[in-house]
Amino acid sequence: MSTSGVRDVTGLPTYTFGHHSLMWWGTMGIIVIEGTVFVIAIGAYLYLRSLAQAWPIGAPPPDLTYGTLNTIILLLSAIPNQWTKKVAERENLKLVRIGLIVCLAFAVAFLVVRAFEFGSLNVHWDTNAYGSIVYALMVLHTTHLVTDVLDTIVLTVLMFTGPLEGKRFVDVSENSVYWWFVVGSWPFIYATVYWVPRLP
Amino acid sequence: MTSAEYERERAEVEKTWAEKPGWLGQLMVVNHRTVALRYLVTTFVFFLLAGLMAAAMRLQLARADNDLIGPDLYNQLFSMHGSVMMFLFAVPVLEAMGIYLVPLMVGARNIAFPRLNAFSYWVFLFGGLMIFIAFALDIGPEAGWFSYVPLAGPEFSPGKRQDFWAQLITFTELSALIVSVEIIVTAFKLRTPGMTLKRIPLFVWAQVATAFMVLFAMPAVMLGSSFLISDRLVGTHFFNPAEGGDALLWQHLFWFFGHPEVYIIFVPALGIVSEIVAAFTRRAVFGYLPVVLSLLATAILSFGLWVHHMFTTGLPPAGMSFFTAASLLIAIPTGVQIFCWIATFATGGRLRFHTPLLFVVGFFFIFIIGGLTGVMVASATLDSQFHDSYFVVAHLHYVLIGGALFPLVGGIYYWFPKMTGRMLSERAGRWQFWLFFIGFNVTFFPMHILGIEGMTRRIYTYSASSGWEGLNQLATGGALMIAASVVVLIANIISSLRKARTAGDNPWDAPGLEWATSSPPPPSNFVRPLVVTSRTPLWVTPHPETVIGLPTGIRSVLVTRVHDAEPHHISVFPTPSIWPFLSAIAVTILFIGSIFTPWALVWGAVPVAIGLIGWFWPTKEETATHCKYEVKPPREAPPPSEPAELRL
Repeated sequence: MSTSGVRDVTGLPTYTFGHHSLMWWGTMGIIVIEGTVFVIAIGAYLYLRSLAQAWPIGAPPPDLTYGTLNTIILLLSAIPNQWTKKVAERENLKLVRIGLIVCLAFAVAFLVVRAFEFGSLNVHWDTNAYGSIVYALMVLHTTHLVTDVLDTIVLTVLMFTGPLEGKRFVDVSENSVYWWFVVGSWPFIYATVYWVPRLP
Repeated sequence: MTSAEYERERAEVEKTWAEKPGWLGQLMVVNHRTVALRYLVTTFVFFLLAGLMAAAMRLQLARADNDLIGPDLYNQLFSMHGSVMMFLFAVPVLEAMGIYLVPLMVGARNIAFPRLNAFSYWVFLFGGLMIFIAFALDIGPEAGWFSYVPLAGPEFSPGKRQDFWAQLITFTELSALIVSVEIIVTAFKLRTPGMTLKRIPLFVWAQVATAFMVLFAMPAVMLGSSFLISDRLVGTHFFNPAEGGDALLWQHLFWFFGHPEVYIIFVPALGIVSEIVAAFTRRAVFGYLPVVLSLLATAILSFGLWVHHMFTTGLPPAGMSFFTAASLLIAIPTGVQIFCWIATFATGGRLRFHTPLLFVVGFFFIFIIGGLTGVMVASATLDSQFHDSYFVVAHLHYVLIGGALFPLVGGIYYWFPKMTGRMLSERAGRWQFWLFFIGFNVTFFPMHILGIEGMTRRIYTYSASSGWEGLNQLATGGALMIAASVVVLIANIISSLRKARTAGDNPWDAPGLEWATSSPPPPSNFVRPLVVTSRTPLWVTPHPETVIGLPTGIRSVLVTRVHDAEPHHISVFPTPSIWPFLSAIAVTILFIGSIFTPWALVWGAVPVAIGLIGWFWPTKEETATHCKYEVKPPREAPPPSEPAELRL
């Protein structure tokens, strides 16, 4: 073994926020995978549309009310989400708790509206290929919503009960990054599901 | 520092990184090398089983009008052979090499996200077991490895056979996607200090390029197989033309994955070739930058080729021209690498013809033939003649076995000493090589001719008047030689494992970091991370500098910056856990349940959620230990140009 030429890393932090943390990279990995799924699913939608004589097939376009309402709720949820991320990075436990609860309130609101959205699609998955692909897009996005809501609930409980250490705030911060993905992917799906059928 | 202090540090690090004892401990393993060895053994068993299926098919085809195997079983055999070889052998075995070698080569103590790594293995294992159990129960897949609709759809494949196939895809792609994220993060964030981007070993670059291909390719087939299973289970119409669906949508989704898939198998093998060529010519591979850029270019171009599998589906001519051009274009980066290796041979030291290099030379020969027929079938006009004939069977085996299996076996001979501490017999290695090389060509070369003579693939028998019997018998004889070569390999491995561990740290006098530690390595791979100053660290400085100051009481791993590998912070890695195993069981219940009822997605999600929450939830002891060693990050992040705080 060599005792000459050592490099001392004593005192380096044991966790970090942002793009240096492994959690950030892991979250980005999930986002790339699931973003690709969304892109390909939207591609499949447009592909089927390109083959159809008329689009939508045998059904009126989805009603705009609930989808648009949910778009507003989702976009607004970005505000408490980003605020929670900021206070998590300052490791302010009290504010993190408040932020997570506000985020959850938004989550409950959009899940309830999402249920109404499914009721106003005006088509079923087994009606025809149009119905199938519309359901595919909606179910995919809803799965992400539900997953992130469960993540957020678990994190919220942990923030109240512990055990806590510094890197749990990294988890909160990265949960917000993932939320951004769920929010950011929605406008594309919303445009596809609600507005593409209205194109001349 | 005295030697005694170093020994104490070694003992502490080993204790911290030790796995748990007992059978329960076996289910909790998170060490990347143990997980990789499990992957290697499991994939090898799947390879043997799929190989036996191929042998059965060859026996059936050895005589005209043979009735050894009936059409229904034959359909299942070729569907299983292709699906298993692709999804349960070729992709995961090369990923397993990555799981084993990437952390060692970049000087890391474990792979990033080790518990996910364990989870990926269990998911893979259960998916593999599922399909073999289904096959044993006569519900194995029957529509070929790419399961075209409408043949694979509800109308023409009633029963559950194709549903098992669709879920095999879900299992294996989930596991492959997880491993890809781990490999990217390990290669970008866990490199030892000094390993800048331009010093990353070529094998690691190959694994990174592959991992990115997986990230963008596999979602397509997962989505496609989900569409397929929902068409079959809940009456959706994605692929049903009568209700606005489209059968070609399946082909697009499948080949958008399926063509990169070929490169997902081939590119890591190129990495193996580069490592072996460097070690046995005693020269760093000529043209590092062109080789790295070729790997990345291959990864990108591989996404522009998928339609060349669909030339006979009646696409618009402009599309055909584009995909013909793209298919020819991808020959360029591969050619660049081959010329770089030739230049390495020409300018390196005296060649040392050990078994690994023998397999690399075999790779050159066979792969170039496969590449040439590849250029032929890349042309839409020629392809419409060869499509669905044995010419394609010959071509794909030349590229896959020549391009991936030969380098892989060479890689096994090369890294076996590192994995086990023992050398494989050179004599048996030569026997195996020649049996394999000759057997391979005897099996597959005649298939080119059979294809040109009009023999279509996937037929269970043919009439004597076709005149195909002689070449088919020859091919069957070659297949038996391949089988003999595999027996020699197994015997070689078993007899080596019974011998003493005499390989030493670096039996080939190779340059990479994986050879800088004992064989097999200690639980933490390295007692202390090494600092590198070159692309060939062990040829430049036999004793590289080491990193000190990592806490020994927790699983501390040095995280460095992407571009220059300067230390940034210390990540505390997870300890062994039963939760990945339990979560994989829950996921298996969900996946298999959803073959039978869509409600499995609802009730099956409950145990999955419990598993994942149990996995995430921190224990008090763990948190207390972490807090003891916790160093908070600086409040105001330093500007990005400033190096992280370091004492030299």
